[in-house]
Order: sequence, then C-alpha cells, then structure tokens
Amino acid sequence: MAYERKFKIGKPILEVNNISLAFGGVKAITDTSFNVLEHEVRAIIGPNGAGKSSMLNCINGIYKPQQGTVSFRGQVVPNITPNIMAQMGLSRTFQNLALFKRMSVLDNILVGRKLHTKTNFLEVALQLPKVKKEEKLNRERSEEIISFLEIEDIKDTPVGKLPYGLQKKVELGRALATDSSIILLDEPMAGMNVEEKRDMCRFILKVNDELGTTMVLIEHDMGVVMDISDRVVVLDYGKVIGDGTPDEIMANQKVIDAYLGVEH
Amino acid sequence: MKPIFMTYTKKDLINLAVCMVLSVLIIPTFIKTEYWYTSILIPWLCLALATIGQQIVMGYTGQLALGAAGFMAAGAFAMFNLILRVPDLGFVGSLIVSGLIAAAFGILFGLPSLKVRGIYLMVATLASQFFIIWMIDKFGWFKNYDSSGIITAQDIVILGKPFTTPLAMYFVCLAVTTILTLLAMNMARGSTGRNWMAVRDMDIAAESMGVSLLRTKVQAFAISAFYCGVAGALFAFCYLKSLEPVAFDIKLSFKILFMCILGGLGTINGAFIGAAFILLFPVLLNAIGNNVFHGAIDATIISSIEQVIFGLLMIIFMIYEPLGMAKLWENLKQSMRSKLSSSGIKGVKSPVLKK
Amino acid sequence: MANELLFFMEVLVGGLLAGTMYSLVALGFVLIFKASATFNFSQGAMVFFSVLAFCGFMQDFNIPFVLAFILAAFLMVVVGLCTERLVLRPLMNASEDTVLMATIGLGYVLEGLAQAAWGVEVRRLDLGIGDFPVPWIADNLKLFISALDITAGLVAAIMIIGLFLLFKYTKIGLGLRAVADDAGAASSIGIPLKHIMLLVWSAAGVVALVAGMMWGARAGVQFALVDLALKALPVLIIGGFSSIPGAIIGGLIIGAVEKILEVYIGPFFGGAIEGWAPYVLAIFFLLYRPEGLFGEKIIRRV
Ligand SMILES: Nc1ncnc2c1ncn2[C@@H]1O[C@H](COP(=O)(O)OP(=O)(O)OP(=O)(O)O)[C@@H](O)[C@H]1O
Ligand SMILES: [Mg+2]
Repeated sequence: MAYERKFKIGKPILEVNNISLAFGGVKAITDTSFNVLEHEVRAIIGPNGAGKSSMLNCINGIYKPQQGTVSFRGQVVPNITPNIMAQMGLSRTFQNLALFKRMSVLDNILVGRKLHTKTNFLEVALQLPKVKKEEKLNRERSEEIISFLEIEDIKDTPVGKLPYGLQKKVELGRALATDSSIILLDEPMAGMNVEEKRDMCRFILKVNDELGTTMVLIEHDMGVVMDISDRVVVLDYGKVIGDGTPDEIMANQKVIDAYLGVEH
Repeated sequence: MKPIFMTYTKKDLINLAVCMVLSVLIIPTFIKTEYWYTSILIPWLCLALATIGQQIVMGYTGQLALGAAGFMAAGAFAMFNLILRVPDLGFVGSLIVSGLIAAAFGILFGLPSLKVRGIYLMVATLASQFFIIWMIDKFGWFKNYDSSGIITAQDIVILGKPFTTPLAMYFVCLAVTTILTLLAMNMARGSTGRNWMAVRDMDIAAESMGVSLLRTKVQAFAISAFYCGVAGALFAFCYLKSLEPVAFDIKLSFKILFMCILGGLGTINGAFIGAAFILLFPVLLNAIGNNVFHGAIDATIISSIEQVIFGLLMIIFMIYEPLGMAKLWENLKQSMRSKLSSSGIKGVKSPVLKK
Repeated sequence: MANELLFFMEVLVGGLLAGTMYSLVALGFVLIFKASATFNFSQGAMVFFSVLAFCGFMQDFNIPFVLAFILAAFLMVVVGLCTERLVLRPLMNASEDTVLMATIGLGYVLEGLAQAAWGVEVRRLDLGIGDFPVPWIADNLKLFISALDITAGLVAAIMIIGLFLLFKYTKIGLGLRAVADDAGAASSIGIPLKHIMLLVWSAAGVVALVAGMMWGARAGVQFALVDLALKALPVLIIGGFSSIPGAIIGGLIIGAVEKILEVYIGPFFGGAIEGWAPYVLAIFFLLYRPEGLFGEKIIRRV
C-alpha cells in the first residue's frame, strides 16, 4: 500500500494466547496464538474446518476455550462474554448470517446502536424528550451507514426477505453501527460475485482508512486476501502454520502444502 | 411513515381517534344492554391487556411462556389485599402496586429463560402457574381467611367516586387499557422493543451487539407480568367481581396463549383481535345453537365443538400463517390496495409512490 | 424407628410405582420426539382421548374388553395417521416452536372431539384390579402397596422392554434410529419415512391408551387426566426428551420425590404441593443440567 495512512498501524489491540478448544473429541483449535495490531487489516485464512470461525467465537466469548486467554489492549479479559467484548469495543459478523430476520434493515442497524442508547424502558414508554433526542441521533448515524453501504432503497424491508449478498452488507452495517474500534468479519464476501466483492472490499478499506477501525477478516478468496490485508495468519487443523505479510505467506512452504493438499 | 406524536404515525393517530370516538362516544350512546358491557366489552379489554403482556414476552421477545393466568391471579389477589389492608393507596395506586407485585413474580419465574428456551421454558413457566395458584389457595392470609373460597371484590372507588355500574367499570377498563396499550406501543417501537425482537430473532447476535440477554429477558418477563397483573386485577374487580384462584387456572393461560398466537405474534393490535375472536366466537356458536337448532344441541357439546374449532384454527394458522390474524388483515389490506392502484383508480397512490 | 423406616419405604415405593404412570405418558412423548424431533404437546390429550374412547366402546356399546381395546388402539392408529398427514407433514420445514403450537392445537382438537363424542361426565373404569393394598405384601413385608400401582409398574416394565427390543433388534427400530439421527439422509437411502412415522405415532397412541387405562382406573376417566399427563413434561426435562431410559427414570424420580415431599413437607403448607413440586424440581434440573440426565450437551453452532 503506497499511500500515506491516516491511522498508523500501532500496538497490538487484540492478542490471542495459547487458545485450545475441543468439542467432545474434536479438537477445533490447538494451542494457537497470534495478535492483531491497532488499525490494521488482518486476515485469517485456512482450509474448511481449520477452526477459523471457532477462533472468532472464542475471541468474542461465544465459545469458551478449554485453555488460553484473550487480551484486549494489553489486558487479559477475564470471563469473556459477547456482551463484555461488545462493551470493550469489539463487534463482529457471522459466517452463516445472524441477522434479526423479522426486523427491517434500519432496525437491524439500529440494534447495533444499542451501546449508544442509555435510556431505560420506562423512559422509552413515556417517550421523554431525552429518548427522542437519543433516538434521533441513533437514527441519523444509522442512516449514514445505510447510505455509505448504498442500501437506502431497502432500508424498510425485513432482512429475511433480502438476497444473501444484501444480507451480508446489512450485517456489516450492523457491526459498523456499533462504532467499535475492532470488527471481526467471518467470510463477509462468501457467495458474492466479483462486483459485489469489489464493493465489499471498498467498504472495508474505506472504514479502516477513514475511521481507523481495526479489521479482522476470514476469507477464502486469496486474491481478495492478498489485496486488502496488511498481515495474514494461516490456520490448518486448528494450528497456526503461517503468520506474516501477504508476500511472506505466499512464499511459505507449509502454507503452500496445506493448500495443495486440500483442494479449493 | 414519520411519527408525529411520540412514536405514533399519522395513521396511528387517525386509528386511535376512531377507536376513541367509537369506544367513548358511540358505544355508550348506542349500546344500552348491560350484557354487552358485563359479558363482552369488559372481559375483552381485560383479556386484551393480558394478551399484550403475553405478546411482550412471547411475540416480541420470543420466549415461550405459559403462565399468564398465574400472574393475573397474583395481580388480582394483590389488589384485593392492598385495598383491604392499605386503603390509603387508592384504586389507581393499588392497581399499579398490584402490577408491580405480579412483575416480581415475573422476574422470579422468568429467570430460567436465561438457560433454556422452547418447551423447556414452557415447563418452567408452568411452575409459576401452578405455584402461584397453590400459594393463594393454601395461605388463608391472601384470602383474608375467608372460608367460603369465593371472596367478593371490593367496590371500585376513585377519588371518592364509586365506579360500580357496568358502564362506569367499562370506562375504568377502557382508560387503563388505552394508557397501557399506548405505552406498550412506545416500548415496542423504540429501543426497548428492538432489543426484545433482536433477542427473539437471533440471541447470540444480539448479545454480540451489547444487548444483555439477562436484562432484556428479565425485563420482558417483568413488564409482561406487570401487564398480566393489572389485567388480572381488572378482570377480578370489573368482570368477575369476585376472587377465586380457580378462575385463573391453566385453562385461562392457554386461552391467552391462543389469543396471542391467533391474533398475531409480535403485534399489539393482534392482542385485541385475538382476544375479541376467542371471546366472541363462543358467543356466536351459542347463538347458532340456540337460534338455528333451538337448543337441540347440548351446551357441553357446543363448548366441545368450540374447543375443536380453536384447535383446528391453531393448526391451520401454524401451517398457513404463523403470524396470525393481524398478518392476514395486513395482507388483505395490501392486496386491496394493489388491486385498486393497478386498476388505475385515481386518487389512490400506489404504495411504491408513497415512499 | 423401624416403623418410620417402613413408612418411608411405603411412601417411596408407592411414589416410584405411581411414577411409572408418568413414565408411560413420557414414553409416548419420547417415541415421537425421537422419530420426528417434534414436541408432541398433545400426548396428554391422546391419553384422555384414547381411554375415553375405550370406556365409551365398553360402556356405551357393550363391547367386550379385548375388542374395545383393539378398537381403541386402532382409533389411535387413525389419529396418528391423520396427524402425520395433515399436521406434521405440512409443517416439515417450520420452526420447532411453530410445530409445538400446532400440537397444542391438536391437543385441543382431540379433547374437544372426545368430549363431543362421549360426553363430559367422569367415567369409572374397572380393570378388575383393586386400588387397595395387596394383602400378601402387607402381611409379609408390612408394606401397604396398592395392587393397581404394582400392575401399573409391571405393565410399564413390559411395554418398555417391548419397545426397547423393538428398537434395538428389528429393522423398524434401525430405521427409526436412522431417522432420528438425520431424517433427510435416512429417506435418501431408502428408509420409508412415512411408515416409520406412522408406526411411531401408532405406538405412541397405544402407549397413551395403556397409560390412560392405568390413570383412569385410579382417578376415573375425566378431563383432569390431561392435566395429570402434563406432568410428563417435567419428567421429560429430567430424563431428556430423546431417551427412553430417561423417560423411565425421570418418571420414577418425579413420582418418588413428589410423594415424599407431599408426605413429609406438604403438611406444613396445607398439602397439595404435588401440583407444582414436579415443575419446580424440573426448574432446578434445568438450571443444573439443561440437557437432561441422558441428553448430550450440545454447543449451538454459530
Ligand atoms: N458448535 C460446535 N459443535 C461441535 N463441533 C463444532 C462446533 N463448531 C465447530 N465445530 C467443529 O470444529 C471444527 C472447526 O470448525 P470451524 O467452523 O471453526 O471451521 P472453519 O475454519 O470456520 O471452516 P469453514 O471455512 O468451513 O468455515 C470443525 O471440525 C467443526 O465441525
Ligand atoms: Mg467458518
């Protein structure tokens, strides 16, 4: 990347230390460590079943690893739950879409504003002035994101009725709405055509560039990974087999073997 | 459409105005038979209110709860005791505190929802149903040591004025139901409702956005039980005019469940539609039995038939329209509108243009 | 001291035997859940429906016992067939909760039909087995245990062993287990899903009939059976929805605990805690072991 970055890549914001996770007899992750630096675009790649999604689920507390810790801004996070991670400024999307199906696009994105909503249910029931003020601000921010993602025309449609690609976009929008400092994206471009992928890359890079949001993404499309990421970590059978810049990864013999061994 | 006042759009306000004119002016002017108030309108308002409670926990938050009648009983008996023992609270004060007491039970029995869902939760909430009724039944204090088993409800007095005629009680129910319905709409359409629905549609994602499952579910259970409690108090004081635990048995919980589901899960107006249907249908069936068959059919047979039909409707709705009558109504309106606009009638804007 | 122990034994055994009746109802639940992953809320209504029909055949039409039993069992097969065709198949792709609601509707239909056909009076059902202590046991072991309880226990045991053998050692059983694991895969390798579903619903119907006869002989054949059968739900929570041994043990636990609580703690609260004790017990179980005694712990995939 030749241009001057507004947000210089900084210290580690997220560190994964010696994580091991098993489901009964299936070892999904074995003693894995890597870090993510502030403001970078970090890719996690690996064959199917390598444990990438499980890794993200450990990071935001959906799965509880049997071993290892996750540190955020240098501090080990005890008792990780999705909620605690969200409050620390980490947001995410899911591989198999986890949208609120019966709610409209706008409402989905508004849920992303949850942590910027301080009023309680009684105040909402009575529609006190401060509720209106807060709601107005949240709506404005959500509309901004909607126009940034170029999905204005579907903002009132229930997301369950949208095609897959659009749903992926909405999910990104919901993650953006949290104004988190780090966002985990689990295969944000799966099932998209070339053009849609290009759009998605543009959005990811733009957010990273303009807001300095740290991006961690799982992606199978090597072209995309090499294009947009600053650093790449490669998992295979739950273990790290490579970690470095895209160029280093391309030259890594272990990685090449893993990918030649497993057809994609 | 943009809200004009609070969370209500222009359409809502028009609907509200129509309802108010109907219920405050037209009904009292034209309906003079007491039967309509005592047997239809009052129970309808009370049960619709309880159904809103069921909607909040089940339709909006997606938690299968089956204990509305238990919370109603808690509200009703709390009301009786508050008026008896703390007369200074007054009717409205007692009503609110009764709701809060029911809400406390709601919180207690809503806690299992943190761990379990679906039928598991349903069984856990059945515990509340059976426990509350048993408790009221077994501890004489709740019934003021009345041995007859049925206690007469005290007269309703608000600000020194008695509300004892059917019409007056109807107005009491109407006022309470209207206010609580409007508040429920505000919550459902605001951030509170979004949290509920997010938990309903995809709890893990909601949690990852910072929605606390604990707080949201417990809150929904509490608010739901509050609505049921107030509804139960009104049900006992305005409709039954007496208090007996068996009036709030599991059958009533099922009835409210049916009102909620057939009316339309996740809608406030569905609560009113569902309650009206479940209440009016037996009346209709009885009328047919009396007028067409001239009483040749036994009353128990008619109530059995009613049960069969409710059951069949439940199955049919689950297969063809799990979102109930409110959704049917919505679809009907939509298809009418598109028919009108496609046939080129002037003055009717198509929904697309309207946006 | 010895007397107290004897009394405790009596309470315990009585509770365990009564628990087998819960097990029987729960068994019907489990059968259907295993084959179609459906929570059949109408199992209780099926108990009421089948035994009322059985009584009706015997008492209103003077049909002999065995024939009435066969007729009632056949009726349950028809009910199973209709349910499978008209309710479950259209709901194949619906959510769990939607299907559950539909079976609640089905329960209403069955209760209504039964009452419309046979009336609402309580019927006595005399199986020729008295609900009083067996003299031999009373004399020799000093335990007062009802003959009906013992019969129920035996019948439950026979049915359970029968079903167990059926599922373990016959082709049908193999098919059922395949279907329970993965309905799609099972039908794609040629296991006739339809037949298995029909079979399972019929088996559940017959189990319901037997359970109904036991309950009916004790408490009279009446609507209250539906509420009694509802207690199969806490049983299932303790035993797990998909485990036959779980249904049995869950039933025994509920039966025993409910009796013991009722006898020893109930009097302090004015009695009748049987009404809610099983549910509260189920809640504690849920908090501690949500997957039931015999269920596997499943971590939801995301
Ligand atoms: N909830 C779960 N229960 C049981 N096993 C699981 C669960 N989640 C993941 N696994 C197993 O853990 C292993 C890793 O799965 P994971 O989804 O993390 O892989 P992945 O790298 O994301 O693959 P893909 O590229 O296909 O998304 C797999 O063997 C998978 O079957
Ligand atoms: Mg994955």
